[in-house]
Formats: sequence, structure tokens, C-alpha cells
Amino acid sequence: MDPLKQIAEHLERGDDERVAALVSEAIAAGLPAADILNRGLLAGMAVVGEQFRVREIFLPDVLLAARAMYAGLNLIRPLLARDGVPTAGKVVIGSVQGDLHDIGKNLVGIMLKGAGFEVIDLGNDVPAARFVDAAAEAGAPVIGMSALLTTTMTVMKEVVDLVKARRLDVRTIVGGAPVSEAFAKEIGADAYGFDAANAVDRIKALVHA
Amino acid sequence: MKWRVDWTPADSTPDWNQVLRAQGLPEGQALPTRLVKLVDAAFNLYVQLARPRALIGAIGRDEFAEVYAGDGHNSHETPLEAIVPRADHLALFVATVGEPVSQAIGDLFEQQEPALGYMLDAVASEAADGLSHAAGRELIERLRRRGGLADEARVLPYSPGYCGWHVTGQRKLFAALEPEAIGVTLNASCLMQPLKSVSGVLVVGSGEAHRFHPTYTFCEHCGTRQCRDRMASVR
Repeated sequence: MDPLKQIAEHLERGDDERVAALVSEAIAAGLPAADILNRGLLAGMAVVGEQFRVREIFLPDVLLAARAMYAGLNLIRPLLARDGVPTAGKVVIGSVQGDLHDIGKNLVGIMLKGAGFEVIDLGNDVPAARFVDAAAEAGAPVIGMSALLTTTMTVMKEVVDLVKARRLDVRTIVGGAPVSEAFAKEIGADAYGFDAANAVDRIKALVHA
Repeated sequence: MKWRVDWTPADSTPDWNQVLRAQGLPEGQALPTRLVKLVDAAFNLYVQLARPRALIGAIGRDEFAEVYAGDGHNSHETPLEAIVPRADHLALFVATVGEPVSQAIGDLFEQQEPALGYMLDAVASEAADGLSHAAGRELIERLRRRGGLADEARVLPYSPGYCGWHVTGQRKLFAALEPEAIGVTLNASCLMQPLKSVSGVLVVGSGEAHRFHPTYTFCEHCGTRQCRDRMASVR
């Protein structure tokens, strides 16, 4: 069987050890790192993403597949950098200042990587200016913000306002339990993600807009 | 009167199926083997790391009204405003599963073990919720030992951030109870640390005392609708 298809299939099963072994073999066989990434790892994650979307599998299954993806990605990362393989785009993400909840933000990050994005994860408790500075420095076209408290949602508007004040070509997307589509519109954010998978879909649309 | 309660990790471990249900996972035989192993690993890690404890403090109605008023951000009408006058006893509480569990969740994501991190988070969340009910049982036990508690007395926890009690209400709750004594702090955004902590008031009264009609303005946007199950549990 095509070694890249094998990588994808074992990734779909969440078999990180087998994926790592197969990726090592593929590298040794001289397969291009871009092919291992796109036709092996990301192809597998795309299948997993679709299975999750139609509820054939559950979120923990997606995360087990992500672990397998990391196992392969860690091996080809230096080769991708060497070959200058482009990503699907850069996205800055973080939980806003005052908020330490990060499960939702972490899930978005994992799914974005699974879709081929480069993720600049600023972590938790991120001040508004840091989001914007990071996007400007990295040339990231999207900032994704998470908040789980009504008391911290206000930082999201600060980020949106700062992006506009600095006239940056950056789109903003917001999410988290207290956040809503109406809130996103009210603060002038470009998009709202109601869950991690939806956030990734919206980000893809923002990047290609 | 305030007192500290310490539980063993095993005492605070949530029910397996309850964790599965909360995550939308199938229960029992329907769960694939790889997920059974994942859930098992998360439960084992929880038992190793959890340091569950609570601080409970009896409070009178007038003093609670002052705490409940908070910073003035509560909804116009709330269920607790109707329930508290019917209560026989009130006690503030803060409970936590402890910092090591929260730290481990973050570490697992950093170590590219997101599935185990996510599942440990799920177990810890259910455990933390369970601690609020465990605190209620402790209160009932203490009141029974003291004597004079009606046989039909039931206890339910009510927490800021739910049912019209604004999350900023935690500021006065923390000022009154001082749960820093058990290692739980509140940041400027009213976020408790360790993250897997719960706070609120324990209301002791008849089952009827806890009844209300979920037709408040905020009920329309409620994501949990747990009130019906809660009221049924004390009927």
C-alpha cells in the first residue's frame, strides 16, 4: 500500500507509534516532507475532521488522532523548515487577559494544526496589545480569542479596536461560553465560532477572504 | 462558624458514566476500547493528583443578602431571592480538587497529550461539581448532629454565574468566607484558582423550598437547564 495512505490510516486510528514509525520510513525512503505532511498526516486529519463533523467519532478520537499527527509532525518539522514548505496560513490564538481557561483555545489550536495552519499560541491571560503585536510581527491575518467569563469578554473589544486603530489587515474571531454571534457583531469582530470545529471553518473562510 | 473538610481523592471521584454523559460519549459497552483506556487513564491520574477540600461557613439571612447583592450586577429577579426566605439554614462554601490536577491538564496539552488532558479536564470538572454536593452533605450531617433538623430537610448548592447571580458576586463571597485558607483565590476577573474550584451558598430547606418556575428572563439563554433535575432530586 502507498506509504502515505498508511500514515493517514494509522493516524485516523490514533496509533501514534505506528505513525511515527511510518513517517520515519517515509523520510528514509526519500519521500518529500511536503507529501508526508499533506498526503499523509493532514489527509488523515481531514478524514478525522469529517468523521467528527458527521458525529461518527467523538472529540477524544480527534484528539487521539492529533497525538498521532504530532508524532509524525515532530519528525518532519525540521525538513519542512529546510524545504520552506508553506502552511495554510498563520493564526494567533489566546485566552484573553484575566482568563486562564484554555481547553477551548487548545482544541482550536489542535484542529488548526490538523488543517495545516501555523498556530502562534499566546497562552492564557493575554493582554489586548500582545494579540495585536503578535499578529503584526508574524504577519498573521487572523487573531482568535477565547473567553469563558463575562468579566473577561471586554478584552475582545479592545483587541478589535486596536487592530482597527493600527489599520492592520487582520481579521478577528471570538469564541467561548459567554460569547455569541450577537456579541461578536456588537464589538465588530469578523467572526464567531460556536465550537472548536466551527471556529476552524470560520478561520479558513477568513484566511481565504 | 467556619470549618474545613478534606476528602480523599477516591471520595471525590465522579461516576464514570456521568463523565461520559457530560462529554456526549456513549455509556457502558458502546464505548470503543481505545476510549475506555483513555477514560481509565484519566480517572487514574485524577486519583493520583486530586487534593479535594472545602471551606464551609454558616451565614445568616441578612448577612447573606449583603453577600448576594454583590457589586449590584445580579439580574432583576432571581430564583434565590424567592428560595432564601424559605430556607432553614444557609452556608457559604468554596471547594476545590486542588492545583496539581489543573497543572497536569495544562502540562498534558503542552506535552502533546491532548486526549488525556481533555479527558482529565472532564473528570476534574465533574469532580468539582460533585464537591458542591458533598459540601452540602457535610452541612446536613453537621446540622443533624447538632439536632433539630427536620427529616424532610434537603440541601442544594447555588453558585455565582448561574440563574441571575452575577459571577462578580464571588468577590463578597470570598470576602465573607476567606477561602484563601484552603488555597483558593479569586483574581480580578473573578476567576477562581485552582481552576477546578466551585463556590456558592448551600441552602437547607424542605424540597418545596427549592422549587421555582424557570421562566426568568435569563432562562431563555440557559445552556444547561439543570434546575429541573436539581429540583427533582430534592422532591
